[in-house]
Parts: sequence; C-alpha cells; structure tokens
Amino acid sequence: MNQPTTQDVTLEIFRGDDDGGEMVEYTVEVQEGMVVLDAIHAVQAQHAGDLACRWNCKAGKCGSCSGEVNGHPKLMCMDRLDNYEAGETITVRPMKTFPIVKDITCDVSWNFERNAKIQTLQPRADTDWQFTQREADRVQEFRKCIECFLCQNVCHVLRDHDRKEEFIGPRFLVRLASLEMHPVDDADRLEQVKDEFGIGYCNITKCCTEACPEGITITDNAIIPMKERLVDRYYDPVLWLWRKLTGKD
Amino acid sequence: MAQADVSTAPSQRSLDSLGQTGRTDAWWTGPIATALGLGGFIIYSTFRAFYNADYDFGEASQLLHVLEQARQPTGEISRHAHLLSPFYSPTIILGGSLAWVSPAFLILWAPGGFRLTCYYYRKAYYRAFFLDPAACAVGEPSGLCGFKRGRNYQGETRLLVFQNLHRYFMYVAVAFIVLLYLDVIYSCTWPVLDDSGAVTGHEFNASLGSLVLFVTTTLLALYTFSCHSIRHLIGGRLNCYPETATGNLRYRLWSIVSILNKRHMLFAWLSLFMVGFADFYVWMVASGRFTDSPFFS
Ligand code: SF4
Ligand code: SF4
Ligand code: FES
Ligand code: FES
Repeated sequence: MNQPTTQDVTLEIFRGDDDGGEMVEYTVEVQEGMVVLDAIHAVQAQHAGDLACRWNCKAGKCGSCSGEVNGHPKLMCMDRLDNYEAGETITVRPMKTFPIVKDITCDVSWNFERNAKIQTLQPRADTDWQFTQREADRVQEFRKCIECFLCQNVCHVLRDHDRKEEFIGPRFLVRLASLEMHPVDDADRLEQVKDEFGIGYCNITKCCTEACPEGITITDNAIIPMKERLVDRYYDPVLWLWRKLTGKD
Repeated sequence: MAQADVSTAPSQRSLDSLGQTGRTDAWWTGPIATALGLGGFIIYSTFRAFYNADYDFGEASQLLHVLEQARQPTGEISRHAHLLSPFYSPTIILGGSLAWVSPAFLILWAPGGFRLTCYYYRKAYYRAFFLDPAACAVGEPSGLCGFKRGRNYQGETRLLVFQNLHRYFMYVAVAFIVLLYLDVIYSCTWPVLDDSGAVTGHEFNASLGSLVLFVTTTLLALYTFSCHSIRHLIGGRLNCYPETATGNLRYRLWSIVSILNKRHMLFAWLSLFMVGFADFYVWMVASGRFTDSPFFS
C-alpha cells in the first residue's frame, strides 16, 4: 500500500477568551485528504493540549465545529485542507457574533433562548396527519438545518449591527417558515415574525444562504416567502380593503 | 486589509469599520462589478431618456398612424417595419406646452420601480451602493451619507418599508410585457409598397431589429415571471395543495415559477443588458448609422 503523502501546514489560531486574546501560529504535519478540524486536532496533539475546540460528529451533521477559516464561516470538519494553496497560512477564528468561551469555542446559548420563544407545531383540531409529498417538500428543505449557527454568525444584522434584541436571525426564520408553511399547523405566528422577531431587519442580502453548509436556500425559500405573507397581512392596501369588505382572508 | 478584531469581546466590542475582515479573497470584486453594471445602466438610461430622439424607426403601427398624423414617416423610413425602443414603449405623444418632456420619464418609473423594489436588486444595491454589507463577513461603515448605521440600523422596518409594495410594480410590469410583445409583432409587420411607393398592404418579415426586440422582451418576461411576488401569489401563499383542479393548477404554476425563480438574478442581468442594447440598436438604426434589413426578400 502507498504511504499517504504528508505535508506541513501553518495555522494561525485565536487563543484567548471573551476578555481578549491573540493569534498564535502553529505548524503541523498533516496527511492528504485531511480537513481543518484534523489540523486543529494535530495542533492539540503536537503543540497545545489546552486548545479548546468543540466538535462531535466530524461528518458535517452535528453543527458543533463552526468557525471562521480565512475569514469565511465554515464547518471545520467539512473544510478540506486542499482547498487552500500549499504554503498558505490558514487562519482559524471563533464565530464573531457570539461571546467566546475559550479559543475558537463560542457560547451560542443566545440562540437557544430565542428559539424557546417560538411556538411549536400546533396541529389543526381535526387533522388526520395526512398530507401529500408535494405539501411536505418545502418544509423538508428546512428540516436539513443542523443548527451550526453559521448563518446567525454571518448575518450582518447580528454581526455588524448587533441587533440581537430586535432580530431573531436567519436560522430561526427558517424554523418559523417551516412551521408557518406546515400543512397541518394551525398557529399564527406572523405578527410575532414582524414585531418580536423583526423580519424587517433582514435586508435580504443573502449572506446566510451563502454560508449555510446544508445548502438551505434560506433567503429565497424561507425569508422572502414570509416577507410576502406579511405583505398580504399588513402592507397590501387592496387586500386590506378586500378583508374589510368581505371579512374573508 | 485589517484583520477582524476578535481580541475584543464581542459582547462589548465596538463594531467593525469598513472592510475589516479576516477574508483573504478578493471580496470586493462582486460589489464593484455590481456597482459598475447598475451604475452604467442608470447613466445610459437617464442619458437616453433626456435624449428624447432617435427612439423609433419605420412605418408606425396602425395605432400610431392614428395618433401620429404629424409624424407620418416618409421615404426610406416608410419602407421599414416599426422599430420602437423599449425605453419609449408604449408611444406617448406629448404636444403643446408639454412637448419638451421626454415621454421616457412617463414610462421608465414603472420598470425602474419594479427593479428598485425587486428582491434581487435590493440585495445587489444594498451591497454595492450602501455597503450594507459590502460582502459577507466584511465590516461595514459606521455611517453613510449622513445616516448613522451600526446599532442604529433599521433594515427595511422604517424608511425602506415601501419595498413591501413590490407586487404593485409587478402588476404594471406584466402589462408592459404584453405591450412589448406587441412591439415585436409590429417590428415584424413590414409594409408592402407598389411602384409608386404607396403602401398597399403588410406582410410578415423579420430583421435583426425584430430579433433584438424579441430576445429583449423574452428576457424581460423571464425576469418578470420569475419574480418572488408572483411566486407567492400564484401558489406560495398556500400551505396545502388539495388534489382538485385548482389545487393541481396552483401547485404546477408555483413549481414552474419556482424553477424560473432560481435563475431570477441571471434573468435580471441579462434583461437589463438587453433592454439597454435594444435601445442602443434602435438609436443606431434611427440615426442612420446602421441599416436594419429584412431577413427574407
Ligand atoms: S439575508 Fe437577511 S437574515 Fe440572511 S444574512 Fe442577510 S440580512 Fe441576515
Ligand atoms: S440554516 Fe444552515 S447555516 Fe443556519 S444553522 Fe441551519 S444549517 Fe447552519
Ligand atoms: S463536527 Fe459535527 S459538524 Fe463538524
Ligand atoms: S423579486 Fe425581482 S422582480 Fe420581483
């Protein structure tokens, strides 16, 4: 059997916590086919046993290993080292939008707090739970979410404008869309989507969609359709008049 | 390029400044290309709107004959089918004290408003002109043109709430597609002349000009029918598609618009380019710099 090719890779990794820190350079030997997370593990093994890094599945499915590699929001376990030029220094930083616990590990609990405010599926009273595949398709796309929070991290409303109080962020607009579009759900979350969850802060600039490792078309399939539903309810003067005159939705 | 300042606690950090990023790729190429593309089109179309000449050529359509007694074409022009620039379609004739107003301004607000409020173009110009954000994971300016940003950011909740009226521009845009296809038909309707030069009838023919108008209108139609508002109104607003004739129809229409919608950005750019080119082509023909000959003799 052929020996796997090995080569040296230089990484610059953030070391520190929420009070401050610095970028530290490490050079490690890696093998062909490895990913950034492997290189981080090599740093832990060879240089810095106290380097904190969160991961679980190493298969792009648990959403734990989110970070910023060369400034791009990435799952480190899915980012192959051969994506980078030989000899290029690879920088690894924690997600910028959330407080740092230690090194490249963030405290993402804000997300779970916001998630708890979303009303869960409320089935129609008479539902027989039967619906067709074509009704399920749209919602199924949203079920692919692994809660890596890379979209939350890169969304400029949270990242640059720090509007965490007013805006729930793309991940949860995806969840809200999956509930609002569900064929047997009977709850009405639109007013909350507009006021408490602040969908109007999203200016549809699509960084969430670009970052999503699950390829969920967040902006086009979840956020814009929800914005259109809000237009029906709150901004369309003709529909408003129609509802006034007929009493129908 | 300054590196992202992660050494400051995110919870207390001062917000980034313009261009602050850990990205090492050429992130600025996208917004610059968009700014040049959109900026170039805005300059060209405004110039042509003020130009108010050389926007049509050939025998005017039946309807225009009635409206345009004063502009009856003569000589070479009368032998050509009617080519009309999309910037000046439908033909509006302003007389008397309003003769100085370019009819383009009475027309361009509609496609202009449609594109201004389009979900794709919003992304494009928020990024390219307002740097909000310029690119993903790249710092933003703390203010622009006197407007404070950072924590004062309001998104589309206040000043920009008018964007929610996009669907009304869409209704007008659909009507424009019908008018522009009529222009394509007129551009294929060539006058038949007798030996004395009098028009004895009309026949079908095509030219590069009619092809340009056809391609332009088809791209505009693809752009219009891939609109997010149409996608919503046609079927996206439903959660259930029952197995009835209407349920099936609405699901099918929604699926078709969804396929087109994936290419909305592509149609947006192609149609923008072609509509500019169509106007340029008509300008060149109308000013005598280019001869638009029929394909079939
Ligand atoms: S599209 Fe909206 S939610 Fe997504 S990153 Fe941009 S502003 Fe945030
Ligand atoms: S929507 Fe995509 S980017 Fe956002 S949390 Fe889910 S998987 Fe991650
Ligand atoms: S370790 Fe599970 S997604 Fe990377
Ligand atoms: S969303 Fe682009 S035209 Fe409607």
